Formats: sequence, structure tokens, C-alpha cells
Amino acid sequence: MTTQTLAPQTATAQAGLPEPLLRAESLQAWYGRAHILTGVDLTVGRGEVVALMGRNGAGKTTTLKAIMGLIEARSGRVTLDGRPIDRLPPHRIARLGVGYVPEDRRIFADLTVEENLEVGRQPPRPGAPVWTPEKLFDLFPNLAALRGRRGTRMSGGEQQMLTLARTLMGNPFLLLLDEPSEGLAPLIVRQMAEAVLRLKAEGLSVLVSEQNVGFAAAVADRASVIEKGQVRWSGPMADLMADESVRRAYLAL
Amino acid sequence: MSFLLVQSLSGLATAATLFLVSSGLTIVFGVTRIVNFAHGSLYMLGAYLGWSLIERFGGTVGGFWASVAAAALGAGALGAVMEVGLLRRLYRSPELFQLLGTFGVVLILQDAVAWIWGPEDLMGRRAPGLKGSVEILGQPFPLYDLMLIGLGPLVLALLWLLFTRTRWGVLVRAATQDRDMASALGVDPARLFTGVLFLGSALAGLGGALQVPREAVNLHMDMAIIVEAFVVVVVGGMGSLTGAFLAALLIGQLQAFGILVFPQITLVLVFLFMAVVLILRPHGLLGRAEDAPPSAAAAHAPPMVAGRGVGWAALGLLALLAALPLVAGDYAVILLTETVILALFAASLHLLIGLGGLVSFGHAAYFGLGAYGAALFVKHLGAPMPLALAAAPLVAGLGALAAGWFCVRRSGLYFAMLTLAFAQIAWSVAFQWSGFTGGDNGVLGVWPSGWASGKAVYYWLTLGLCAGALGLLRRAAFAPFGYALRAGRDSSLRAESVGIDVRRHQWFAFALAGSAAGLAGGLYAFAKGSVFPTLMAVPASVDALVMVLMGGVQTVSGPLAGAALFHLLETQVMRATDWWRLLLGLVIVALVLLFPKGIVGFLAGLRGRS
Amino acid sequence: MSRLEVRDLWRGFGGVQAVRGVSFTLESGDLLALIGPNGAGKSTCFNLLNGQLRPDQGSVRLDGIDLVGLPPRRIWALGVGRTFQITATFASMSVAENVQMVLLSRARRLFGLWRPAARQFRAEALALLDRVGMAAQADRPCGVLAYGDLKRVELAMALASDPKILLMDEPTAGMAPTERLELMALTAALVRERGLAVLFTEHDMDVVFGHATRLLVLDRGQLIAEGPPDAVRADPRVQSVYLGGEP
Repeated sequence: MTTQTLAPQTATAQAGLPEPLLRAESLQAWYGRAHILTGVDLTVGRGEVVALMGRNGAGKTTTLKAIMGLIEARSGRVTLDGRPIDRLPPHRIARLGVGYVPEDRRIFADLTVEENLEVGRQPPRPGAPVWTPEKLFDLFPNLAALRGRRGTRMSGGEQQMLTLARTLMGNPFLLLLDEPSEGLAPLIVRQMAEAVLRLKAEGLSVLVSEQNVGFAAAVADRASVIEKGQVRWSGPMADLMADESVRRAYLAL
Repeated sequence: MSFLLVQSLSGLATAATLFLVSSGLTIVFGVTRIVNFAHGSLYMLGAYLGWSLIERFGGTVGGFWASVAAAALGAGALGAVMEVGLLRRLYRSPELFQLLGTFGVVLILQDAVAWIWGPEDLMGRRAPGLKGSVEILGQPFPLYDLMLIGLGPLVLALLWLLFTRTRWGVLVRAATQDRDMASALGVDPARLFTGVLFLGSALAGLGGALQVPREAVNLHMDMAIIVEAFVVVVVGGMGSLTGAFLAALLIGQLQAFGILVFPQITLVLVFLFMAVVLILRPHGLLGRAEDAPPSAAAAHAPPMVAGRGVGWAALGLLALLAALPLVAGDYAVILLTETVILALFAASLHLLIGLGGLVSFGHAAYFGLGAYGAALFVKHLGAPMPLALAAAPLVAGLGALAAGWFCVRRSGLYFAMLTLAFAQIAWSVAFQWSGFTGGDNGVLGVWPSGWASGKAVYYWLTLGLCAGALGLLRRAAFAPFGYALRAGRDSSLRAESVGIDVRRHQWFAFALAGSAAGLAGGLYAFAKGSVFPTLMAVPASVDALVMVLMGGVQTVSGPLAGAALFHLLETQVMRATDWWRLLLGLVIVALVLLFPKGIVGFLAGLRGRS
Repeated sequence: MSRLEVRDLWRGFGGVQAVRGVSFTLESGDLLALIGPNGAGKSTCFNLLNGQLRPDQGSVRLDGIDLVGLPPRRIWALGVGRTFQITATFASMSVAENVQMVLLSRARRLFGLWRPAARQFRAEALALLDRVGMAAQADRPCGVLAYGDLKRVELAMALASDPKILLMDEPTAGMAPTERLELMALTAALVRERGLAVLFTEHDMDVVFGHATRLLVLDRGQLIAEGPPDAVRADPRVQSVYLGGEP
């Protein structure tokens, strides 16, 4: 199978308006007969970090899984750089340069750190930062000491770092990052935030689902707020921070 | 002392072959979650391919080993083809379909091999350079077996290197743990699985080709090895390579020494060992809970409704069937008798599958227990027919009560494997305890009492008893008992949370189904005048599954139609050709490919589309 | 004596403490919501109460009877009903038959081999279905119902055993917003009518604040707040758990 690559900015929707890297339109998804996403619309521009916010159960995780092709019962339209990806299986989406970091970590517990990274390895992709284990150990110094260790013997924070590092080995353009701060100690949360900012500086685009407003404020340019399976509010992160009524309505108790 | 050592060494040689085959089975299971029945057939194919190549090229050391390697690659290639053509479509199917589909391949390959190589046993040439034997503490021991003993650990080491030192191996291990996550990282699961089937099948073929210098290549190798490999894989822990190695060693020794102590029941020992291991360590020696196969999913559980006027239709059918001997000839009456018996047999299995979601791969054991129970009552006690017929369901029911106690402790694939194991125990007792059961020669001269000796009279007797038993089964299916069984199948979580003791219902159902099958078996013994161990063998259990499947799992009357159709096919079409296995295998594969989610799932799909 | 008294409940999974010293009580007429962020231990708590999991430490008493160590079946028989987050009904049976199964189970008639199940306790089942507004669909197979209707059937099944307390795991998950409010209004009415005590988890804050009489807030396995809705909403610790601090 050949690896298809995306030349940056090939398609433009309208004159002067670059087509966003990722666009989801009326994305719907079901678990069994439960209708979880009733119509999600969102975009992620090139080099942008977008926070997908909402309470638990709102549909954040499902949105990321549906974009990644991990939920079969889905409908709606998802495009990557103008190219539809909503019918592709997950491995094809991954090979187009989308990296997915699940919330429940899902590291391969029987594999060592280095083997976990090997699973994620894909050929370099023009226009996307290229990662090697050495470069990743530089980004996540904690992991370097654990190279030969199996996933079963790692702390939650180390596992979260490994999951992210493993996905980066695929040299993605776009990262789907699901609740990276969940269940982590404050210090590790700060490290995660720094890592996301560094990825943005390297040129990656990121869609990060997050419940923690502080984390989102630290990393995101824009936010989309999801509730009951639909995006209810979208705008610059600064506006969300300024607008307490929106936060009260969708995020707080 | 030296004798014991040599005995132990020969156990190790057996263990090496067993490990080669089982390692392939466990690798394939680990990744695809499918228990590949045809794995034994690939072993047999490796042996036949190896025999041909060794006959032609095996005169030299290089030629011999090249032949063995080529045979292994041939089996591997066939395994890969099988993945693309069949297994790939079954990954999301109920395990009944996976097991049946791969068993279809068993049947096809049996006839294909018989067609190519003929039915005779084939003696291969000895391995050049390894023909002699060495003295070990004064006892001769074959050099070739010594080589096999070394080969087992060597293959384990090579597999270990493959899975830890190569990218492919790492990907396979990743996909084994979490298929979806691996695929989200860009790994194409389909290609990986084809490769895994190639590797696993090549290991089976290697094991087979290596047998050529040791034993005659024959058409029974497939079933003999697959059943043992199942035991090794289950004992070792499904999906665990090291576990398979350990289990192969233990079972090799158990066989080597069991044959000294209990020559009659070595097979029984092996299966008892497995049952004990599963009770003590539910996931096998080195298996882990998370590697356990998912239990039988009832996602497509069909609605089951009692049709209106079924009672009248049944009475009408009964009257019609009762009237048939007045017009039909003796041969037709014999066929009818057998069909009615098989209908009860299939209906008893349907109680387990259709209501309980319990896929038994050894239901023929209880049919056979009934048949043997009746026959042995006649032979050893001189009991009259009515007494023997009363004993049949009793013996089978007690057997099912004992086996069921173990089996219902596990669900899904483990349940299927346990039922298979108990059927094999019953079969090997019948086969090996010749003093009591007549062994391979069976029990002859089991004829009905004088008053029932007429074909028509015996048919009416059979019809009466079977109709009565079917009526009772149907009644039970719609009574709270049958509903509670279905509740346990639909959602055992919910069933337990509303006070239903799912396991007790399943146990009781297992005994009830066993005793109904036993009645059918007893009637069969008197219809045929004889019983043989084949009544309890795996193919007999599969026949019953095919009947249930043909009739459709969703209706209580389905198995009756399935039994009639199957018996008609069997007697009229398959017996008319020498290649009935091929035909039956093709029918089975076609059934599972056409209805990969089950006939009910298929119908639900149609409904959804319209 | 409280209807349900939970004292110092602990449960770990391979070194991770999912529930750490949870204590609370539940009284008749309570509609108690258990909330908290993902991974706070809500599901574990639930499974400890109904016997699906065994606590490492602590006690659960229903009217003074210790439930720890009893299988789910027994706990149900003592009067603890439950509904599931992802609906679990008997899909191959009709709506009425689902409820009849529970009634048959309560009457200990599950091993009956002769009288058709569908003819037993039908009137009682229909009465319960009428109460949850599902009588019109009594004879439809459960496998074809809309999701919200399945939730109502589950409620009828839970009521069929005449429970003292009802555990509802995310009762409105996957439902349309209007359906959610209707189901909770129905639950609240049943609590009043029957003197039930309900403990439920829920992520829809409209549902929680619209219907709960009291709230428990769980974070990393520990209760960090308890009390009436307004007091909990104002609690700064709860706010920081939900909104998160600066990273």
C-alpha cells in the first residue's frame, strides 16, 4: 500500500479563504441504538489548536472516534484538506496523516516503550514534522529512561506521554487528542500542555477534547463547545474565557 | 529407570510435534480470535505434501529438509488463501459460524486429499542421516526423535525472535492486544491477518511433514491432531505461545506415562487433565482473562413467537406421518424412522443453541450415550427393549448432568471446547474400552422386541415417542424455563440482575437436551440394530449443528425441517457420490458465507433494508 | 436506621484505588444524584452497591442487612432494582414478556416447564407498562423499540420487583432532551408514589439540577461534596473539579 500524502493548501473553498485542514459537517454517530452525536460541525485550520469542550457524556470522545473511523455507525461528511475521509477505515485515515491519541491511553501493555513507538512508525510525510524515537525522548524526557520497560509497569502520566509519542511516530499533520489531562497530576498536566504547544510550534494542527478549562485556555486558539451531541458554541478561546455565561451554560455545574 | 527415561524422551518427541501444531493454532487464535478447525487439516496436508516431495527429492539430507520446508510453505499458502476467502468474512460472526465454516474446510480438504493421494496409508522414507538410534542408558532411542526434541525449543526460540525482534512481530503483538488501536496507528489489519494465517498454517504443515519418517501418513491425521491441539491451546491459555509449549510438554508426558498405567484410557486422561486445569485456572496455565474469547454475543437475538394454530398443524402433520407406512415401502419407512429420530436429536440441540445461545460442539456424545446405554443394557443385562429404551435418556441425562456441570461454568468458545472435550472422552471410552463396549466393532444385534420388529410398528413407536418428546421440548421452550434460558442469552447481566440464576438454567437445559438426545440415540440403536463409536465422534456433532443451522436457529420447528432436509441430502445425494464430504463441506461453507451473521441476522438485515 | 447506609467503601484495581472511603445514606423519597468527572469512580460505586463487584473494605446495609458478598441476584431479591447505562432488555421477547420475566422471577416460577410464560402475570405486567406509558407497545418485540422507549421498559422491569431502592446508571444517556425530562419527571413521580429511594448517575446537568433532591460529587474515588443542589453548585471545590485549574 502506498502512503498518500497531502500537499499543503491544495484546495481552497472560496477565493481567499483557505479550506481548513479538517472539516466535519453534520457528523452523527450511534452506539448500538443510542444516538450519541446528533450533528457535529467543526473545523480545524492549518497550524491551529482547537479545543473541543464539554462535560463528560457530551460527545467529545465520540466525535474524535467518529472522525478517526473507529465508529462504524456514523454518517455525515468529514474532509481532510478537502478530501472526504468519512468512508475510510482507520488505518487509511492514519496513513493520510491523522494521528489519534485515545483518552483511555490504550498503550500496548505487553510491549516495551520502544516497541510501542515502533507500532506507530510510518514513513516521513512531506510538510509534516518528522519524528524519531530520539527526538521524542527529547520531548518527553521521562520516557527515555523507560525504553525497555513494558507498559504494564508505567504510571498514568508516563502512559499518557507514551500514547502521544507513539502517535507522533506516524508523522501526522493533524492530531486528535482525547482528554490528555484527564486523571493526571497537576505537574504532568502542565508538561502535557507544554508538549502540545511545542507540537503547534512544529507546525502540527491539533483537535483536543478537554473538560479542563485551564488546560484548554493554555493551549487552544479556538474552542468548539459540544453539548448533547451537537456543537453549541464556536469561537476564539479568548472569547470563551471572557464569556462566563457560555462557560456556565455548557461547562460548569 | 532407563526405561522410564526413554519413555519420558518419547513423550518429549510427541510434545515437540504437538507444540509445532499448537503454536500455529494459538498464534492464529491470538490475532483473529477464531478457533481454526481446519488447522489439523493443514497439518495433514503438510504430511501428504511432505510425503510426495520426500519420495521424490528426499534421498539426500538437503533434499529431505528442502521437501519439509516446501511442504510447510504449501500449507502456509493454503492457510493464507483460506484467510482471504473465508475467515476474513467471519471475524464479526458468532463463533458457531466460525467453527462450522472452518469445519467445512476440514471436510473439503479430507476429500481433496483422498482424491489426490488415495485412501491408502502411505509409508514415507526415513530421514537421511537420522535413520539410526542412539543408546541412552542401554536403551535404544531413535535419532530422529532426538532431533524432534531439539526442534521444539528451537522453534519456540525462533518464534520468540520473530515476535520480539522484527517489526512484523511487534505489529502482530500489538494487533493481538488491541486491533482497533493498531489500526488507528496505520496498521492494515487485513494484511497482517493474512500473514498470521500463513505463519500459523506453515507451522501446522511443518509439524505434518516432520511426521512422514515417523508414522504412516493417513486420512485420520487431521481430526486426531486437531483435538489434541485444542487441548494444548486451551490448557496453555488461548493465545499464549509459552503456555502452548508448557502444555505440550505436560500432555506429551501424560500420554507417554498414561499409556503405561491406563493403556485403555489415555485420551480420557488428557481430556480430564484439561477439565481440571480449566476448573482450577479458568484461562489456562498462562492465559489471562483479557485474552479470553468474547462470549457468545446475542446481538441478533430473534423474536420468538408461538405461531397461531401450530398445535393443529402439528397434529395434522403427525397424522400424515402416521399414515405414511400404509402407502410407503419398507425402505421409505426406514428413512422416515431415521428422519424422525434425527429431528428429535436436532431439536434437543436447538434447545441449547436457539434458546440458551449455548453452542455445543459435542452434542453427539449424548445421542451416543443413549444408543450405547440401550445397546449395553441389552447386551450385558439381556434387558428387553422397553427397559433399554427407558434407560437411554436416563444414561444420557446423567452423563449430560455431569459434563454440563463443568461446561456451563464457561461461555462462548470455552463452552464449545469443553463440550467437544467431553464428547471426545465419551468417544474414547467407547473406542478404547473394547471389553465393555466392543471397541471399534461396536455392539451388534440390538434388535427391537418381537412385537415391534415390523418396520412400520417400530416406526410408529419411534414417531410416538419422538412426537411426545418434541411436544415436551416445545412446551418447555414457551414455559418460564425456556424464557429464562432466552433471558440469560439475550442479556445475562440483566437476567442476573432480576434474580434469574442463569447458570442453573443452563445446566438444567444441558441435562434436558442430553436426555432428549439420549432417547433419540436409544431409538436409533434399535432402528439400526447396532451402535458404533462414530455415533459420538466430532463429525456426528457437526451434523447436528448443520441440521439446526439449515432449519434456522430462530424457530422451534426449524430443526425439524433441518433434520429432514439434511437426512434427505445425506441419504439421497451424498451417499450417491463418493465425495459426500466435499459436498457437505461446500454446503457448510456456502451457508456460513451467505449468512455470516446467522440466518436471523440475514433476515434482520433484509428487514432493515426494506 | 437508614434505608441504605453505605459506610467507608474502598475498592482498588491492581494498585489503582477507584473508590476511596465513600460513605453516604439514602432514604425513602430521596432522588440522589451521584456526579463527577470521567473516571471519578461512579460506575465502580454502582457496581459495589448491587453486588457486581465486591468492595475491598466497607459495608453496604439495606434496612440494616449487610449486602456485601451477596451475588447480584440476592441483592435484587432483597429489594435493590437497577437500570443500566446501556439498555439491557431481553431483545427476543415482547415488551410485556420482559416485565413478565421479572414477575415470574419474583414468584420463583422460572423452572416451570408446562404453563406458557406469556400467559402468566400478563395483567400485572400491563399495569406496570401503563404506569410508564408503554402499554400501547406491550406486544412489540423489545428489539425494535426506540431508545427512549427501551429506557421506560427498563424502568417498568425495575419496578416489577417492587424494590425498596432503585439504582439508575445514566438513566437518560442517549435520549433526546425532551425525553430526558419526561423520564425523570416520571421517576420523580414514582419516588413520591411508592416511597422509593433512587440513586442515579447522570451527566446531563439539566436533569441533575431539575430533579435531584440531593447530590453527591465524586472525584478520584472520594466524595468531595454532598448536599442540596444549590449548595453543591456553589461549592468552590466542585467548581474547580468541573472547570479545572490553571495547568
